[in-house]
This record gives sequence, structure tokens and C-alpha cells, in this order.
Amino acid sequence: VLALVSARSCPKPIKGEKKKRWPVPLLGELCDSSGVWISTVGRMEIVHVYTKLRSEFGRQCLLSDRPAELLVDVPPDPSLALQFIQKTPRDQALQACRDMSEHQVNTERFESDSCGINHVEGGWPKDVNPQEVEQTIRFRKKVEKDESYINSILQLGSVMEHCIRQNNAVDIYQVYFEEEEEVEEAPDAPSAKTINVFRDPNEVKRTVTGLSWHPDGGRKLAAAYSCLEFQKTSKDMSLDSYIWDIENPNRPEMTLKPASSLICLDYNPKDPHTLVGGCYNGQIAYWDTRRGSQPVEVSSVEQSHRDPVYKIIWLQSKTGTDTFSASTDGQVLWWDVRRLSEPTERLVLDLSREGNLDRALGAISLEFESTMPTKFMVGTEQGVVVSCNRKAKTPAEKIVCTYDSHHGPVYALQRNPFFPKNFLTVGDWTARIWSEDIKESSIMWTRYQMSYLTDACWSPVRPSVFFTVKMDGVLDVWDILFKQNEPTLSLKVCDEALYSLRVQDNGRLVACGSQQGGATLLEISSGLSTLQKNEKSLLAAMFERETKREKILEARQRELRLKERSRSEQSREEDVGREDGEDSPDQLISRAQKDFYSVVETELRRRRDREDQENRVRTH
Amino acid sequence: MLIEETLKRIQSQKGVQGIIIVNSEGIPIKTTLDNSSTVQYAGLIHQLVMKARSTVRDIDPQNDLTFLRVRSKKNEIMIAPDKDYFLIVIQNPSD
Repeated sequence: VLALVSARSCPKPIKGEKKKRWPVPLLGELCDSSGVWISTVGRMEIVHVYTKLRSEFGRQCLLSDRPAELLVDVPPDPSLALQFIQKTPRDQALQACRDMSEHQVNTERFESDSCGINHVEGGWPKDVNPQEVEQTIRFRKKVEKDESYINSILQLGSVMEHCIRQNNAVDIYQVYFEEEEEVEEAPDAPSAKTINVFRDPNEVKRTVTGLSWHPDGGRKLAAAYSCLEFQKTSKDMSLDSYIWDIENPNRPEMTLKPASSLICLDYNPKDPHTLVGGCYNGQIAYWDTRRGSQPVEVSSVEQSHRDPVYKIIWLQSKTGTDTFSASTDGQVLWWDVRRLSEPTERLVLDLSREGNLDRALGAISLEFESTMPTKFMVGTEQGVVVSCNRKAKTPAEKIVCTYDSHHGPVYALQRNPFFPKNFLTVGDWTARIWSEDIKESSIMWTRYQMSYLTDACWSPVRPSVFFTVKMDGVLDVWDILFKQNEPTLSLKVCDEALYSLRVQDNGRLVACGSQQGGATLLEISSGLSTLQKNEKSLLAAMFERETKREKILEARQRELRLKERSRSEQSREEDVGREDGEDSPDQLISRAQKDFYSVVETELRRRRDREDQENRVRTH
Repeated sequence: MLIEETLKRIQSQKGVQGIIIVNSEGIPIKTTLDNSSTVQYAGLIHQLVMKARSTVRDIDPQNDLTFLRVRSKKNEIMIAPDKDYFLIVIQNPSD
């Protein structure tokens, strides 16, 4: 509430004088120039008018004292305070320094070019012609007579002599121990570092299910992307697969556009421009990178596989156009890429050798070694590895033998590049090494790992090193000459599962593909990628030893089985009354009970005897 | 004269192949090598010494270059700079 105390009564305005209005000051401010006060309360203007008679202008001012008059009193309005929040304490930052400002300037580009000048003859003074021998000699003689020349040269000469003598005294660059330069470098600890990660550029991430290195130097990596989970493919999932240049992880170098997403692909080792890939719908597609992203040719749907093609490998042939593929529909098909309309050959993985598709085993991995072009191996979903001979006369003879390897699908199968008789298989939670001759069991195996193993391959440079990838995103490097019960190096590559793995031919670069579409490129330390001394012979000895052990075990098993059989036959002859050669379960139980009680009795008796003996000793 | 004695003494040291005295403008004043080599050494080394000196002085303006040694596979070039002149000696120390 504003109380305006004084309101002067203004005399009647004289005719011709105007009411004066001054500009509005702040609330409560008093504007004093010649006694006109203006204060505003809200919109209301209170105007105070001062009038002076004309005749009184120029009259002497008579000042008189009077006590202070309160004119305006504006007490604080507590209701207004409610609109504010008190803030205590308050932080106020102060800095006692000079004000600085930062500017960025981009200079204009200027092109620089470097070039050299060949300075032929020193800066002869103008009057001396360098070509004229007389003039130069005269100039030189003049300089030689100069006193400063003499002094400086004498001084420099002594300095120089000191250094020359130094050189002659000791040869500071002498190489010591020159003969012993063949120092064995201490093998550095096994390590691997990630060089690049190639991520799937699409929104919906697909698993990297197949990888293949460019055969010529390995500067490019082809990766096949697909979604293998049952019915998880969405409509907007891209079908493309990419070829990456390993130097550029930002953009794929080339896109491959199949009709259906690719599960596996392989570069032609003879012609680095061509690739062949197996699709999710069972077709095979053939690309030539010089001819663009679309496949040059695709196999016809009727003649292809009925299930996704899990593995496709180029074969060694004169024409360099042969390839074969395997799929879970139980067939292995051979193709000539010049004519993909139908396969050149067909093999059904029916173990009863009848070619019955219903009973065929689904193939998940293939193995082909160019040093043994007629043999190949197939890893199946049922955990059996089938070894086949391509050049057999009848289809029945194509399947040579089988190895009962894993509890689950055999995800990877590869022969050791240095010892082709031994091959590595990976499935369920173990990795196993087999010898071709021993069919009962593998000669070496890892212990059961914590998570499922999805892919493995041998190192192309070191015969005792192989790599495996697991579903917890870990890449394991095993060196069986160094440590056999656990991997030499275990690296967590990413948080999601790793599904594929490929080592480049130089043995140093490893690419692994993950579930979220990231292909990671790692470099292995030199210790794991250079051939060590005696490695081949040591590994050969190890394989031989293990093979022999397995053979002995196998022979022993066979012996035992024979003995059992002969014993059971004998007991059958003796006991005519018995219905079958084996005891029935009830009889077994009663026999077990009898054995148990007799053992317990003998033990109790023994204890009693011992106690008696002790008591006797003590009482004595 | 004194200079001749000095130069002769230097020349007689083991392994010394040649001596060149160059002035501040790059003109060879005295030399024991043939003309073409002298001119080449004088021109190239003059530039090198200027660069070396400016490097040393840029890092610390109170510092100055006192001696420069260029060791190569075949020999060593030693340069003693002064205000107006340099003394260049080419020596083959391992001989």
C-alpha cells in the first residue's frame, strides 16, 4: 500500500500554461529539479504541477528552512517476497586474471614446393670474376695476409688437432662382440592386439558367419553376413555381404548382393578376383569383383541344396573352376562355376551307403587339402566326421570311414597343414585332434571349456598352434608344444559370441566374426607366428606318441571285449539252466548285497582285533 | 709461416685426407684437395654449418656452435667454425 503523503493543491492553471509531464522514474524515485515530483504507482501517474506567475520570474529566491517531510514511503511488501526463493549460500566465482579470448583462424592455403639450388662457387665479391684464375688467386692471397685470418686459423687449427688425435686414439664406433650377433632373442610373451574392427554398416546387425582372406597378400577380407538363428530374420534385414580393405574399417570396399544372405564364401586361390558363396536358401552364387556387386551366375534353385549351404570350398583342378559345397540337407554337391545350372556330382551322406536322403547326416563343415585332392572330409550335425574319397568307383564306396567325434555338430574341421594325417575338429565344448588311422577316438583333446566352441583353424606357419573361438567372445590360441591343458593365450575379443575365424596366410593376422556383425582383425605376436627350431620334429614326435597310445588303448579295449565275449559264452555253456548269458538285475542286486555285507563284516572284525590288541598293550 | 706449419702438422696426422679453409661466404681460401672436390665440399659444408649454427642458436640464443663432426661410413668430416672462416678436415680414422 503506497501512502502518498503530500499532494499539493495546485492553483488554478493560468491560461496558456500547460501541465508538465516528466518521464517516469523508478518507483519511489524522486525527481527534483524545480520542485516537481512525479511518482508512479502502477499505471497511475501522479502529476505534480508547479506554477509560477509571470510577474514573479526573476525574483530573488528566498530559501527557508523547514523540517524534512516524508513524501513517499513505500514499505516492503511481504507478499512480493513469496515470488522469490532465498538461496543461501551462494557461490560466486571470481578470477583475478587478465581477460583472454580465443580465436581460430584458418589461413589461406598456399602451395609450397621444395627445390634445391646447386651452389657452385662461393659468393665471390663483385669485382672478382670466378672464372679468371688470376683474379681468384689474387683474392685468395689478399685474404691470407689478413690478420684476423691468421689468428682464427691458428686457433681453429689447435682445436682441430685435438679432435683428430682423439679420433686416432680411440675408435668410438667400434663394434664389440661382432661374432656373437646371433643372440637368441628371448621369446616375447604371447600377445595379440586388435588392429581394426569392421562393423556391419546396416541397422539390423547380422552375424558374421563366414570369412575369407584375399589370396594375394591378404589385403582384403571378405565377410559373409547372415542370421542363422531360427526364424529371427526380419524383413528389413539387408542381404548384402561385404569385402573389406583391412586398412579402411569405415566403409566396405565392395558390396556383394546375393539373392539370399550368404552363409559362407571363399576366394578362389587361383584367381583373386573371383569368389563363390553359399546362400541361406541353398543356392550357390559366383562373383567376379571386376564385374560388380551382382553375382555373375547363380545356381538354379531346383538343383541346389534344400537347406542353407554351410560351407563351400574351391577345389584344385586344371581349369580352376571347380568347387564343392555342403549343407545340412545331407548332400555334398560339386559344381563347375562356368555352368551353375546343375551340379557336376552329388553325394548323399548316408552312412548306410544307400544314398537315402532321409537317413543322411546334415553336413556343417567341409575340409579339403590341396595336397590330397582326392580325399575330403565332412563334419556333420550329428557329431560324426565322415572321410570320403572322391575318386571311388561307386557312390557307396565314396564314404570311406567315419569318426564319432563330438556330442554336437562339428563346427570346424581342418587338417594340419604340416601334418595332413592329423586333423582338428571342434564341436560341443572341446577341440580334438585326430589321427586318420585311429577311428575310435581322438589322439589329443582339450578339456571341456566353459562355453561352446564355434570355429577353429590351424596356424599356417606354426604346426603346433591353432586358434579357436567361443560363444563367450573369447579367442583362444593353443600351442600344444608349450601347454596342453589350457590355451597359451586367451583374449576376450568382444562381448557377444564369436562365430567365425580365419587366419591369414602369413600367420600373423587373424580375423574373427561376431554375432553383432563386427569382424575384428587381430595381430598375433611374433612368438606365435614364427616357426620355432625343431618345431616340426617335436610335433611329429608328439603326434606319433599320442597315436601310439591310442592304438595301444584301442588294442586293449578290443582284447577286453573279446575276453568278455568269450567269458560270457563260456558261462552260457556251463550254465544250461540260465535263460540268458547275463545276470538278471535281481540277481545282480543280491550279489552286490552279499559282497557289501561280507566286506563290512571283514572290516569290523579287523577293527575289533586292532582294538583288542591296543587294549592288551595298554594294560600291560 | 705459422699457418703453414699448423696445416702441415694437421696434414701429417694419421688418416687425414684433406684440409680446406673456407671463408664466411663459402669461398675456399686454401685447400689440399683438387678443385672440383674443394668447390663441392665448400659449397655443401658451408650450408650445413649455417644450418647447424642456426639450430643451436635457435634452441638457446646464448649458445653457439663450436665444432661439427659428420661421421660417415667411409670417413669423418670435421668442421671447426669461427666468426669469419671454417676449417674443414676429412679424416679416415680407422686406417
